[in-house]
Amino acid sequence: MYLDNPQQLIDWHDKIIAKQKKIKKKILVCCGPGCLANGAQDIIERFKTVLKEKKISGFTVDALKETGCHGFCEQGPLVVIEPKGLYYTKVKVKDVEDIIEQSIKNDKTIDRLLYNDPQTDKKIEKYQDINFYSHQKKIVLNNLGNINQCNIEDYIANDGYQALSKALTSMSPQRVIDTVTKSGLRGRGGAGFPTGRKWATCRNVESDVHYVICNGDEGDPGAFMDRALMEGDPFSVLEGMTIAAFAVGAKQGYIYVREEYPLAVVNLQKAIEIAHENGLLGDNILGTDFSFNIKISRGAGAFVCGESSALMKSVAGEVGEPRAKYIRSVIKGLYDKPTVLNNVETFANVPIIIRKGASWYNKIGTPKNSGTKAFSLVGKVRNTGLIEVAMGTTLREIIYDIGGGIIDGRPFKAVQTGGPSGGCLPASKLDLPVDFDSLKEAGSMMGSGGMIVMDDRTCMVDVAKYFLGFLVNESCGKCVPCREGLYQLHALTVKVSEGKAEEADLEKMEKLSEMVIIGSLCGLGKSGPNPLLSTIKYFRDEYMAHIRDKRCPAGVCRALITYKITDACTGCMACIAPCPTHAITGKKNERHVLDQKLCTKCGACFAVCRYDAILVS
Amino acid sequence: MVNLTINGRIVQAKEGEMLLTVLRREKIDVPALCHHDAVEPFGACRLCTVEITKEDWNGHSNYVTSCLYPVEEGLIVSTHSPKVNELRKTILDLFLARHPNSPEVRQLAADYGVLKTSYETVVDGNNCILCGICTRICDAMGFHAISTVGRGHGKEVAPPLHQVPPDCVGCLACAKNCPTHYIEYIFDNNYLTIWDKKFELMTCSRCGKKTITKEFAEYLSKNRDIPISYFEICDECHRKELAATMGQITSWEREA
Repeated sequence: MYLDNPQQLIDWHDKIIAKQKKIKKKILVCCGPGCLANGAQDIIERFKTVLKEKKISGFTVDALKETGCHGFCEQGPLVVIEPKGLYYTKVKVKDVEDIIEQSIKNDKTIDRLLYNDPQTDKKIEKYQDINFYSHQKKIVLNNLGNINQCNIEDYIANDGYQALSKALTSMSPQRVIDTVTKSGLRGRGGAGFPTGRKWATCRNVESDVHYVICNGDEGDPGAFMDRALMEGDPFSVLEGMTIAAFAVGAKQGYIYVREEYPLAVVNLQKAIEIAHENGLLGDNILGTDFSFNIKISRGAGAFVCGESSALMKSVAGEVGEPRAKYIRSVIKGLYDKPTVLNNVETFANVPIIIRKGASWYNKIGTPKNSGTKAFSLVGKVRNTGLIEVAMGTTLREIIYDIGGGIIDGRPFKAVQTGGPSGGCLPASKLDLPVDFDSLKEAGSMMGSGGMIVMDDRTCMVDVAKYFLGFLVNESCGKCVPCREGLYQLHALTVKVSEGKAEEADLEKMEKLSEMVIIGSLCGLGKSGPNPLLSTIKYFRDEYMAHIRDKRCPAGVCRALITYKITDACTGCMACIAPCPTHAITGKKNERHVLDQKLCTKCGACFAVCRYDAILVS
Repeated sequence: MVNLTINGRIVQAKEGEMLLTVLRREKIDVPALCHHDAVEPFGACRLCTVEITKEDWNGHSNYVTSCLYPVEEGLIVSTHSPKVNELRKTILDLFLARHPNSPEVRQLAADYGVLKTSYETVVDGNNCILCGICTRICDAMGFHAISTVGRGHGKEVAPPLHQVPPDCVGCLACAKNCPTHYIEYIFDNNYLTIWDKKFELMTCSRCGKKTITKEFAEYLSKNRDIPISYFEICDECHRKELAATMGQITSWEREA
């Protein structure tokens, strides 16, 4: 339906709501990355076939929704039956018929598919009652898991495009900027720059052309918030960008998506086409004289292209290298024109702020860090998944209440936030409120929202080594402190992990880190030593154990550990086949023997032993 | 004009001018390996980093690469503060670890008192310091025949796909401007070989000496409106011709 004026949007919204009211039950199948990997697509297909075969009265395929990420990836594939909120976990294709028979035709609950609360050992029917969900505050991710991924009717039914309509008809660009400024929204990409101020600066630069760019180059290991948003709720990103374009006076926008996110590219492209067909993008949006187009620019997966100036070069078809930003990109950005670049999640926040007002948004979170933040909660935590919490929520609430604590009840050791630019925070920082300023003060950073939880079997030297190794490969290689400095820092961590380092090396690492920070050209180098510095700061003892005692307390660094088979060995032979070097020998029901000369310390035996008979020391 | 203080001395400069340009004009020695007047500043080697502050920065200071920093009124610059010196030494130390065999790198490092690297020497370190002068000059010349390839520690300068570069005309601008003389080229009788591409050279119709490559001559002739016949005579013979012409004019004047 091509919308010629704002009234038509309201009419359409009412019509969709009336139509949707007729649907008594909805089946929501999560098609987020995690659930898809576990076979959600097959479940969808099965639902479609069974629904066609069974022909249930008052129930059509329309009620089947392929939603974006519902959040609780650990329990996927997920199926939710609305309006009741009935929540089925780890669904398999063979369960589909049962779900239709029991829960769609009738109102019965299938016990075996319900979530089992590990703390109370009780089944929970509705997802709202599960700790993982009840401690969250979903604003930006609200549509995910509730609406069809690329269905504009679903988006409009959930108040989509009302903010754009409001901005175009009853607000001036300046008022839009004022609202965003007052809301206190800060860039969700990691640095937390006030979005309103960025827009105002861009708007005030006199130029024939302004650009709006959405940064979807989410590259932090373990982060997938932006991916989920682009795949599951692409219209919210488009609407946010369109509002931004109206505010700064841009006519052309770009979404920079990494090629590793093929579904995000497909869904965004589809959403752009649909928005065009409906007069929500392109010339004369909603019949006003405001026009705006969006193009997708696909990145080849260079981590550094998430840096704003490198990203702009990449969009322009040049080598993705950052430039010095003594003249900022809001003033001289893409093709040397004033450019607003915001992260996916930032743009997704904008329609909500415009629709509900700055003071509503301001009440969420803490005074200087308003709103919510999405995180991908991963690592050694029980409930991994995509979450959204109000700013200021403590790490403890996130890890223990939402995350359900550490797997197997092991002790918590550290949490890594901010990806390769962030740092590791120890247990003493668990009560730290999660916001831009507190994390930075503690030596880490918000980053785009990756949160990796580590237990006592994680070696902090190994963690620093991993992130530095990542950056050695992902640095653009332009400036010397980053290219060569991080390489040497990595070499030094390798030395520590091999037990070859001396105490002086620790000081050398700290000194070199300082030089890399002050000397590097862009944020990648300037924050690159953070994983190292934060682990040295909070886990110095562990470094000393490697250096002085030639010991890896967590049992990770191969050069410093030995595997031993203890008396607990029952002779089950489970470890014999997995050993790649045939280092383990033994007969059934007899204690096995490990040949230290052949052992490569890969840990394969440790992983399969069910009797805790393999000791790492 | 703006006024700035450099190492305690008040200096005037044009607004928008890059700080390094001012430093060079003032004969203040600041090293730089990736700077070349013919191309846009790059900020890769970071050796020209200086410490800046302003009266109203409450004692806070910042480290910027002078090649890329436009001067401003009231800027207070320190080109050899302890931190800056430490950074320069660290960079040269890192350079020395990566390019232990480059005489230019060793000389510059020695000038700053770094005689031996304190880091692990990179085993496959060659003499390319990735300053980007060659690629930027090639772009400025309009050829775009070579570029940096890859990223991270394995980044290198190479023709597209490591193949013989189709757009190279053998102008030698890359090789002649390489600060570490890393880019190799071979003159062999009638031919020049660079980036694995073999070029036939033009021959001076007067003296028979080899001049520039045919491709380069054709490019200049086409894009700079110089007749191709101009390149059929070598520079030396052009000068001889010029001297003869001038001599003739002088003798005419004398006669007149």
